[in-house]
Amino acid sequence: MSVLKIEDLHVSVETEQGTKQILRGVDLAVGEGETHAIMGPNGSGKSTLAYAIAGHPKYHVEGGSVTLDGEEMLDKSVDERARAGLFLAMQYPVEIPGVSVSNFLRTAKTAIDGQAPAIRGWIKDLDSSMTALRMDKSFRERNVNEGFSGGEKKRNEILQLELLKPKFAVLDETDSGLDVDALKIVSEGVNRAKENTGLGILLITHYNRILRYVKPDFVHVFVAGKVAEQGGPELAVRLENEGYDRFLQGANVG
Amino acid sequence: MALASPSLVPVQTRSERPSSTDVSDFPAVTGREFEWKFAPLDRIRHLTEGALDGGPVAFQYSESAGTSVEWVDRATAVVGVAGTPEDRASANAWGAVEKVLTITVSSEEAEELLVRREHFDRSPRAAHVVIEALPNSSGTVILEHRGDAELSENVEIVVGEGAQLTVVTVQEWADSAVHLSSHFATVGRDANLRHVIVSLGGGVVRVNPSIHLAGQGSSTDAFGLYFADAGQYLEQRPYIDHQAANTRSRVNYKGALQGAKAHTVWVGDVLIGPHADGTDSYEQNRNLVLSDGTRADSIPNLEIETGNIVGAGHASSTGRFDDEQLFYLQSRGISEEEARRLVVRGFLAEIITQIGSPALEERLTAAVEAELVEAEVVRAAAAAPTLDGGAA
Repeated sequence: MSVLKIEDLHVSVETEQGTKQILRGVDLAVGEGETHAIMGPNGSGKSTLAYAIAGHPKYHVEGGSVTLDGEEMLDKSVDERARAGLFLAMQYPVEIPGVSVSNFLRTAKTAIDGQAPAIRGWIKDLDSSMTALRMDKSFRERNVNEGFSGGEKKRNEILQLELLKPKFAVLDETDSGLDVDALKIVSEGVNRAKENTGLGILLITHYNRILRYVKPDFVHVFVAGKVAEQGGPELAVRLENEGYDRFLQGANVG
Repeated sequence: MALASPSLVPVQTRSERPSSTDVSDFPAVTGREFEWKFAPLDRIRHLTEGALDGGPVAFQYSESAGTSVEWVDRATAVVGVAGTPEDRASANAWGAVEKVLTITVSSEEAEELLVRREHFDRSPRAAHVVIEALPNSSGTVILEHRGDAELSENVEIVVGEGAQLTVVTVQEWADSAVHLSSHFATVGRDANLRHVIVSLGGGVVRVNPSIHLAGQGSSTDAFGLYFADAGQYLEQRPYIDHQAANTRSRVNYKGALQGAKAHTVWVGDVLIGPHADGTDSYEQNRNLVLSDGTRADSIPNLEIETGNIVGAGHASSTGRFDDEQLFYLQSRGISEEEARRLVVRGFLAEIITQIGSPALEERLTAAVEAELVEAEVVRAAAAAPTLDGGAA
């Protein structure tokens, strides 16, 4: 039984006004096959948590740990974390000019598995995932994220999630900017990945909307850089109705 | 003709730049002239100031249907149709040449012609090449350069009415080679010239194409790809001269630089003349800096002498690796080294895939790959801790 454990995580970023403390002692444990929703107001540190787990150089870990089955991730480089089984579906995936989706996916798959995938099985997997995500075959020859619409970029992220088969995935506001059809398609992809591989999910979102399609087992409310409250799916519904106001009374968001 | 002293009358517009086939019309190069401002003069002085050997030098070429290749005596060759020298090295070569290498594309579906020139040596030489595409012909001419050289040359390109010509010049010289090349092209009515410069090897390599869109409805797609290593100087100054109405040009040059004193220069001039109504023009240059200690000069110039045009734009950028691209690729398990290679390969692929010769595209992709592997070695050596205290 795999587990991703975040303990007492403190993270800062450099800003023009100096060092800014964002995460102030985050504790979370995500088990295999579990879905944890992280909700919270803007500026509460949700995305910082996502990037810190993935190892983005802009975020400085001041203390705490992130372990995958007991192995410390914070000592590892970004690519080592990915090869250990972590995945981050990004809110704003960047364009990579001149690198085709198909070349990128095969290079990533080869890196993750330590060997090139067998051609026939790979093409079959790629085709079926793309079909399920309603991505036209022509996507394979397009440059990564170049000229993609918002919805296409998100589907491309989930395509990678399905093909790279990580143990744990952080989905950073994957629902933002999606219309309801795209939201359903993307959610189905997440659910498929979960069914097929026992993926553990940290689902970061501002809204309850995606939780109608990707059912959370746990909901954590993030306020001012730490978990302020946690509960089951009913907590998300309550937040939908009440908003975050009651958490913000007297809290210093900055 | 008499030239005004450059210190007294600076030339303001590209069309008025002095030109002459007589080297004595150009004063000795001082380095203050705009056209020589960036070049390492001590490495090229023998080509601008010294006597040049203008005799023919052996070369190889592929027998290709629809094309012909021959040496023609300077006295009988038709030269000067496509342009006139605008700098001293070019004029010096113009006067010194004894035989002109004449390449003709005469068929509507000519086979690709490969001309390989690798028997120049350390003695300063002059050369003159005339490439002519007859009216309504279509073909590709590839000039490949290897080995050592001290060469100043002029390449004339005459594209007849309705012809579609691709000219690719590939510089993979030895590290010590010096090559100054002026290309002059004139493009006839409704004809297209695809012009590609690939400079990977050589000590000092300068290829300056002046492309005159002389016929109505003529067009050019001008591409450049260069990769400068430590100590290398690579320069290119494309000049697109929109003379006739309804002409179209696209200029796209991309370069990568790595290693101490790797220096590249791109000066892109576009002139839209008074009769060039309906011109559609865009030029861009992008440079990717892979290490410290390099220098990339990038200067776009646009002169417009008629208001009635479809479009005229330019862009120039020089930057380091995009860390967000590296992060994205690494977050998918790809090592930093491989991620860098993917990004550079992708950056340059945009030009390579425009060449239109599958065999050459494949070979250049491999050549760029080799440059990247070398870049990794250089980078790793620079990043390695020094003996006197990196261990702290």
